[in-house]
Amino acid sequence: MTQAGIELQPRNAAPSEEEIAQAARRALQRRRVLVNVLRVGFLVVVLGGWELAARLGWIDPFFFAMPSTIAAQIWDWMVEGTSQGPLWVQVAVTMEETIIGFLIGAVLGIIAGLLLGRDRLLADVFSIYIKIANSVPRVVLGSIFIIALGLGMASKVALAVVMVFFVVFGNAFQGVREADRNLIANARILGASKRQLMSSVVIPSALSWILASLHVSFGFALVGAVVGEFLGSRQGLGLLIATAQGTFNAAGVFAAMIVLAVVALIAEGLISLLERHLVKWRPAALAEGAL
Amino acid sequence: MVSVMNPIAAATPEPSRDGGAAAIELRDVQRRFVTPDGRALTALRSFNLTVRRGEFCAVVGPTGCGKSTTLTLIAGLATPTAGEVRIMGKPVTGIDPRVGFVFQQDAVFPWKTVIDNVVAGPLYRGKPRAAAYATARDWVKRVGLAGFENHYPHQLSGGMRKRVALAQTFINEPEILLMDEPFSALDVQTRVLMQDELLKLWSAHSASVVFVTHDLEEAIALADRVFVLTAGPATVKSVYDIDLPRPRVTAEIRYDPKFTEISKLIWNDLRDEVLVSYQRAQRGG
Repeated sequence: MTQAGIELQPRNAAPSEEEIAQAARRALQRRRVLVNVLRVGFLVVVLGGWELAARLGWIDPFFFAMPSTIAAQIWDWMVEGTSQGPLWVQVAVTMEETIIGFLIGAVLGIIAGLLLGRDRLLADVFSIYIKIANSVPRVVLGSIFIIALGLGMASKVALAVVMVFFVVFGNAFQGVREADRNLIANARILGASKRQLMSSVVIPSALSWILASLHVSFGFALVGAVVGEFLGSRQGLGLLIATAQGTFNAAGVFAAMIVLAVVALIAEGLISLLERHLVKWRPAALAEGAL
Repeated sequence: MVSVMNPIAAATPEPSRDGGAAAIELRDVQRRFVTPDGRALTALRSFNLTVRRGEFCAVVGPTGCGKSTTLTLIAGLATPTAGEVRIMGKPVTGIDPRVGFVFQQDAVFPWKTVIDNVVAGPLYRGKPRAAAYATARDWVKRVGLAGFENHYPHQLSGGMRKRVALAQTFINEPEILLMDEPFSALDVQTRVLMQDELLKLWSAHSASVVFVTHDLEEAIALADRVFVLTAGPATVKSVYDIDLPRPRVTAEIRYDPKFTEISKLIWNDLRDEVLVSYQRAQRGG
């Protein structure tokens, strides 16, 4: 057989690698557009249906408001300010309480989790109390904090701390417990001291657990701050909701809710950024899945 | 050519030429566990094993017989219930800096890059950063991973991760190298490559090696002596000298008629133990 005989002749009909790749890229692009169109379409149907149902009198706009009145309410707050001052001040107050509470709660949770995770005796002694404390509906503590700490920021921060602490603690504790025994043995044989073991094996392996809990617990911190304001305060989005409720202003409640959702989504995005930066060693699929 | 030794005779320490004690000695060792549900379990009983300095020993035995337990005892990760474990003539009291350990599963740190994994040992041991990184770069090159310094383990193949593990262990220049089925998770072709890689590294550093495996051919291809263990609780059943010439190429040595002969001989011995262990597992299940 000749050299030419065994060579494959490129046929005109068969698409080249480049063409196949291009077609695949186009298909992906089309799918992305389709998903986005459907997403927007869904939103339009839901909001449109709500508006229509309210205008046609199928549901009572007095109780359930309408997208248009909610939008008008948000616009009014942004331009005219709320009954308790400019909107951005309310957002800032709630965010400040949330962030301070979140940070304190997370730091305490991580420290407690690492300590108890590494020490069997401490873990056995305290685990029962933590279980009990965790089963108490912690929002109720808000009333105690208002009585003890007053209407100012401290009571809201305290409630947010309590909300965050247990979630972060639980995950940090679990993360330390789940640290791979092989990795620990390996580090010890390579010469790691107790402190080096902690900083180079135990904490990094607990980190993905801790970061996962930060996602959830930021939401909890926000709940703590808002509920705290709801129970008694002079400023903040929680008070805005309480005031709207007091004046039977359903649009106001929804409007405050939307402002809260926007704030929470922005915070969530920031935490995801932080996570991606801290755990860039993880396989892409896993890291994406965690978002 | 192939000599079978009485395990008791093999256990008696032979004074080596430089007058030092044997590299590793297990004397009449027993190791018992208590399972979480309170049952006592004996992994090793009257276990005797001696590894001379610079010798490559392989330990084969049925699955779950206690092969890995011997390594954790030598490494100081666990203590014997009875008996004595000595390295370089001194009783083991904890993790000895002269010991290196290569694990069965991936034990490289997934959050560290290749270079940071390799440099971990010297940094833990307080070597200055610049010097440590220079040595680490050299070791990364030596195991054939130049260019992958800044990759994370999940970006590497199983064989490459094993290379990282080897570099990570060898950089500490261990005098005693313990290997717990290090290549069992690799595919056959990669495994043969890694065996040659290991022999190359070992011949340059002449550590005393205990290589635990369930693969008899791997044991014969690599080792100077092969210890056959009984089904658990494990004790040394017999010891075989493998006088195949070095340097060996593990991919080719398998076709040596002498290799086949040794392999048959040891398998005859090992088969009974494997059967016992298998039947026990069947009954247990």
